[in-house]
Amino acid sequence: MAGQSNHELSLFSAEELEFIAEDEIVDIVPNLKMDPLCLISGDFGPFTPQIVTQVPLWLAIALRRRGKCSIVPPQWMTVDKLTEVLEAERNSQEMSEHLPFHYVEISRLLFDHARDNIPDAYMVRSLIEDIRDVRFHKVETDLEAFDGRTFAVKIKNLSAMEVNIVRPFIGRALQAFYKHDSSDLIPDPERVSDRRPQVAHNAPRRQLRR
Amino acid sequence: MGSRSAEGEQSSLADDYDALISTTDVELLKRAWRNEKAAPEILRFESDLINRVKGQIELMEETVEEKLSVGSDPLSVSLYQMDLDRTLFLLRSYLRIRILKIEKYMFHIRKTQELWNRLSRDEKLFTERCTDDLKEHLESSVLSKLPENYQSYERQSVISEEDDMVPEPRLDTFVLCRSKEYLTGIQLEDGPVDDRSKLFEMEPDVLYFICYKSIKPLVESGKIDLL
Repeated sequence: MAGQSNHELSLFSAEELEFIAEDEIVDIVPNLKMDPLCLISGDFGPFTPQIVTQVPLWLAIALRRRGKCSIVPPQWMTVDKLTEVLEAERNSQEMSEHLPFHYVEISRLLFDHARDNIPDAYMVRSLIEDIRDVRFHKVETDLEAFDGRTFAVKIKNLSAMEVNIVRPFIGRALQAFYKHDSSDLIPDPERVSDRRPQVAHNAPRRQLRR
Repeated sequence: MGSRSAEGEQSSLADDYDALISTTDVELLKRAWRNEKAAPEILRFESDLINRVKGQIELMEETVEEKLSVGSDPLSVSLYQMDLDRTLFLLRSYLRIRILKIEKYMFHIRKTQELWNRLSRDEKLFTERCTDDLKEHLESSVLSKLPENYQSYERQSVISEEDDMVPEPRLDTFVLCRSKEYLTGIQLEDGPVDDRSKLFEMEPDVLYFICYKSIKPLVESGKIDLL
């Protein structure tokens, strides 16, 4: 029973999340000619100048750094789309489903490495920050509604980074509820001998939220 | 790959085909890595997958070596090298998390047959040496100097009913998971066993925070992923 919860172990670092996001596929427009690449993670190319092709983000960034391509920003990363999303996020307590799981990491990587390829970069960036803030505020207010009758929490459309931020809190809170709720752990000095029936009787009735 | 075939039986043929052509070993390794990172206990060692990935890594190392020696385009060589590095990172990280878990719960793993069988041959060797060394260390530095009733490395004293000095993973940790398909009738092992009314369902691609114990079999059969 000496085991401790290992939250440090299960948490993904920001770098690891970025690593995962780097496998997302993006469109690039190469400006060089290169044979197809047969990589462990898949086959990509051939690369022909001005012909759009799909590659993972890390490959796109590597080429972009050497000035060998331009990256086509994903469709959701335009001022129009993001304005819509921001509006939707503000109007409803639900999380919008129009953003990819790794939207924070993808947009950050693109801003760091391919800023010139993003039209209205400044606007896009501030829209994404606003969306992040609104979404995170919603997550926080959602968490306030937590109570001891919760045995599982269902979250729609939460992004990877948001998950990572709330994970330690939700995990520990649920665990605490679970612990205090389970009558199994509360010793009853009078009825130690027939503990089982009593446990069944006092079973916590918990419902799934939302 | 028991988990994959079991999963295949459930989904339609078309899905199977899609999954087959779109899922590379690297994807599978990434999934195993995430599951291993998120699960409180040690999971089954993915020996087939790891062997395949190791083979691919070796092959790629040779290819890169060859490309360097014939002096082919340095750009493409560096891209091959990056791909190789990414795969190596995943593999190393996967193996290291397992070692961390083994170091933490070695006595428990060694005496629990189910967990012991999940280890690879090398991991078993490692665990054996680790437990032997730690036991010897504990005995020679502390336990041998204690009164007779307190000399066990597994128990606080002879009156302990169970091995209360052996760290075990906490299976009631809450984890975050996601299912690929619609799952119904999940028995939540929450609270007393006789309360069978609590059946739970999971929609695909929705995230759930849930007690690891309740979904343990589903993680093992590969039906849901931890993240």
